[in-house]
Amino acid sequence: METPLFARMDDLVEVQSVLTLTVDGQIVSAEAGESVAAVLLRLDPPLSRTTPVKASHRAPFCMMGVCFECLAVVDGVASTQTCLVEIRHGMSVERQHGRRDLGILSAGSADETVCFGSDTPTFLVQP
Amino acid sequence: MTAPVDLLIIGAGPAGMSAAVQARRSGLSVMVVDEQPAPGGQIWRAIEKRAGTRTGDLLGQEYAAGMPLVKAFRDSGASYLPQTQVWQIEPGWQVFMSRAEDAECIRASNVLVATGAQERPGPFPGWTLPGVLTVGAAQILMKNAREIPASAPWIAGSGPLVLLYMVQLLRAGGRIAGWLDTTPPGAWGRGARHLPSALHRLPELLKGFAWLREVQSAGFPIVRGVTQLRADGEKRLQKISFVTAKQETGSVEANLLLIHEGVVPSIHVTQALGCEHTWSDTQHCFHPVVDCWGGTSKPGIFVAGDGTGIGGARAAQARGTLAGIRIAERVGKLREEDAERVAAPVKRELAKEMAIRPLLDAMYQPRAEIFSPPDDTVVCRCEELTAGDIRAAITVGASDPNQVKSMTRAGMGPCQGRQCGYTVAHLLSEAHATPIKEVGFYRVRPPLKPLTLGELATLTHESTER
Repeated sequence: METPLFARMDDLVEVQSVLTLTVDGQIVSAEAGESVAAVLLRLDPPLSRTTPVKASHRAPFCMMGVCFECLAVVDGVASTQTCLVEIRHGMSVERQHGRRDLGILSAGSADETVCFGSDTPTFLVQP
Repeated sequence: MTAPVDLLIIGAGPAGMSAAVQARRSGLSVMVVDEQPAPGGQIWRAIEKRAGTRTGDLLGQEYAAGMPLVKAFRDSGASYLPQTQVWQIEPGWQVFMSRAEDAECIRASNVLVATGAQERPGPFPGWTLPGVLTVGAAQILMKNAREIPASAPWIAGSGPLVLLYMVQLLRAGGRIAGWLDTTPPGAWGRGARHLPSALHRLPELLKGFAWLREVQSAGFPIVRGVTQLRADGEKRLQKISFVTAKQETGSVEANLLLIHEGVVPSIHVTQALGCEHTWSDTQHCFHPVVDCWGGTSKPGIFVAGDGTGIGGARAAQARGTLAGIRIAERVGKLREEDAERVAAPVKRELAKEMAIRPLLDAMYQPRAEIFSPPDDTVVCRCEELTAGDIRAAITVGASDPNQVKSMTRAGMGPCQGRQCGYTVAHLLSEAHATPIKEVGFYRVRPPLKPLTLGELATLTHESTER
């Protein structure tokens, strides 16, 4: 286990409301108003994702929305820029790994919709 | 459906907020959209939370100086949409944006692009490893989450932001392992002839000297004239190696490296709009061509702040105010002579603020190797293409950035060229011995920020009526 990259400055006087969220199932405490990416950088490994091309490890890089390295699954929505999202109590964050999985289900009756996407359906087709 | 507005401002930083306040004074209907949860841009990020706290104090007076404008902005009556990303602008002007998985189209007579700047991409082998972040990112972590490095970081780069962050980190009780100063040797020689102009901003100069002294007295190693950099590690940063202009070499163990090679205007929106751009030799960047009000080559599209060229927060405020004045005149709420009268002191203020720039630009030039990195350097971070891959594509005939893009996918990842566009342009410039001004940048296509099909489907027919 290595030293995390970042840690909160010691000043309990300034701590506002403490919330908890999960990162890959692990319960983590955080302060209201901070970004999800900031939380990821306090953890070990400081990983947000592995890349779709070569499964390389990546972590938040610019913290301002122009590098897209901080992408992770937030409350079921994949490829969320975690540096632009404030944590919420009970939020579920999952690191995203490799390529997007297109979980194509087989359609049965004429009324059944076909969903693409392994988490939040983003594309619904009526056969 | 939301009613059309006189002015839609993209970005709630110093320029955007100043323009909103000014335009509201003339009674314009103003909407400000910003992707962050609170106003302040990057320089005053999280200011409403931090002002008056210990964290706010150690960030310095430049940071505290933002509160009056933020208050004025909140009180101005401008409609403000945080956590909203603009992804397309069509003639009309029709501005398409998304917030919380809901897309909307707002019509505006005038659009002010106040999206500021980003750190200049400075690729080197290993820069994509977890553990390598920008200095700006570290500063944002301090503002947004009260975080500092858990162990002493190495810092590699040059420029005022590097000095400021080092001072802020030291004041926060943090330590620095060392600074690899990448400022090309001869900085004062380059800057000397710009000193008279810079003396108009004596307080800024003295502050810069004070930062230098504070940094030097901290006692950590400073390596000057670093020309080459390499990061190594298995899945995360473990080691940094460097070479200097004097051919000294070194390598250190490290798990955190903060990098910075200056700041460049964000040109994504104006590129997508087809505004005319030009190359600045002094700031080594593209920027939109604007008149003294911030008006671009597209009537009704304005730019204010660092997006016109790097000038800092106070210059951004002046530019935002000037754009607000001109747009009020355009809309018929201000007479031309009144506009000139109100603008005169603001123009003088802008000129004063810009007086220090030639010195800073001459001294803090980017490290040459970032424009011609070794073949094994990842240049397109999203698609994991190396400088060698790009050079190979150029060799087999890709003759401009868009051909490189088509052939390799460089620029097609989520960042849409924000991290690779300049490097690809420089590699083409080098291969063809063509000035980068003529090489140009990728064609930027919508959506400017990612959006899902689900969001797109929430656009109602009414919201796209002409």
